[in-house]
Amino acid sequence: MLEARTLAYRYGKQHSWLFDDLDLQITAGEIVGMSAPSGRGKSTLAKVLAGYLPPAKGSVMVDGLPLPSSGHCPVQLLFQHPELAVNPRWKVAKILQEGEEPSAELRQDLGIEPAWLDRYPHELSGGELQRVCLARALSSGTRYLLCDEMTSMLDALTQAHIWRIILNIAQSRRLGLLVISHDTTLIAKICSRNISYFEDTAIMSNSRI
Amino acid sequence: MLDIQNLSIRFTRYTFGLKKKEVCVVRDFDLSIAPGQVMAVIGQSGAGKSLLAHALLGILPRNAKVEGRILFKGKPLTPERLSALRGREIALIPQSITALNPLLRVGVQVARAARLSGISKKDVPTTVRRAFSRYLLRKEVAHCFPFQLSGGMARRVLTATATVGMADLILADEPTSGLDPITAREALTHLRELADTGKAVLLITHDIAAALQVADMVTVFCAGTTVEVARADDFKGLDQLRHPYTRALWDALPANSFIGTMKPIERTSDAAGCPFQPCCNDQNTVCGQSTPELKDSGEGRVRCHHA
Repeated sequence: MLEARTLAYRYGKQHSWLFDDLDLQITAGEIVGMSAPSGRGKSTLAKVLAGYLPPAKGSVMVDGLPLPSSGHCPVQLLFQHPELAVNPRWKVAKILQEGEEPSAELRQDLGIEPAWLDRYPHELSGGELQRVCLARALSSGTRYLLCDEMTSMLDALTQAHIWRIILNIAQSRRLGLLVISHDTTLIAKICSRNISYFEDTAIMSNSRI
Repeated sequence: MLDIQNLSIRFTRYTFGLKKKEVCVVRDFDLSIAPGQVMAVIGQSGAGKSLLAHALLGILPRNAKVEGRILFKGKPLTPERLSALRGREIALIPQSITALNPLLRVGVQVARAARLSGISKKDVPTTVRRAFSRYLLRKEVAHCFPFQLSGGMARRVLTATATVGMADLILADEPTSGLDPITAREALTHLRELADTGKAVLLITHDIAAALQVADMVTVFCAGTTVEVARADDFKGLDQLRHPYTRALWDALPANSFIGTMKPIERTSDAAGCPFQPCCNDQNTVCGQSTPELKDSGEGRVRCHHA
């Protein structure tokens, strides 16, 4: 289980809390949606959960243990703009090796063509590059995927295609998913429960979710 | 207002050493917009939709070659005419809010756009004030720098910049991407209001659901070409849609069946035949041999051998 206990974060002392005393639990195999207006700290929460940012208070645990400070993190984050999540001067082959070398089977599932390996990120389309990022995130140690507006830049066909791949893999590996999106129809379609924040709450506080 | 026929955009690229190669990214693109109309251009990401807006403004990079007929208000849009009209009669709402100058207060930027669009120096302050109040931007906002604005506010400033002059044709490039539904709705409503005052709006987007909220007509763009022109009302079910790509796109929406059975088309090709053929389920030999013409179909148009 991915668990956030009394989590709080703010960008420096002069700023207000983005979220405070926040509890969140995602079990293996569960698909949870999250939607809130812009600027409420959804992406920051994802970064804290994936270990990119240290929480100001509280802790993030996977199966009762804190996130490892080095080595492969069982919680992986996928960003809205894949082109900003890869090194622009590395070829795709090297980007893929950043995690664990993806198996031929995984590459085939994701539809990653061998011809792409020799290309630079700017020579792939957004949908192609997002699949590369997905292959990189899906090492064997990955247990939870946080998808932050992962397909909002993509057209409907590519979006449906990528989600089908992820949902299949998530089901066979019993991955837990947190789907952050503005698209409430998307969340309703794929998620078993949804966390949403109301207009009038300034911060996500004391929310038992 | 605007009539585009057989537009093609090519890029010259160096392949190896001094060897050059031409890559065709847009071909046989047709579009027409009347005053008072919102025309949405939808299609796959990376299909060259933004290039279209850039071609209409003549701001493509130097290695690009544009061919075809573009008529604006009945007269051909030559490069000379374009440089006179750009910013005055044709305005762009850019895709990214990074288009704002980060070092200038936004009030100054809107005023500068007003001045460049031909409004006399005397009238600029009133015009700018009116533009700010139209987009519900408080007076203090004029003294802010772009980084002090939220995404939605910056988007409204960009809209104000594009519409402060009396432009008749507004090109909006992905005006809703990355916005939450409330802010997105607001941005689209502004476009609708502009059309209702008699301007023509070209709404370029990959988000069909957003486009359908305000558009009158929809041009479907696939593999660098127009495959269908439909009324927004046609997007109710699969029966009224004419082209297999449009049907697949509509069906792939999360609100519909959400199946991406069709392999997404990765890039445009120069090969003969229907541009959509590699992914089409209903293809036969004729599809691989000749490119179908864009023909009238009901109140819309379609480019398919089987329609």
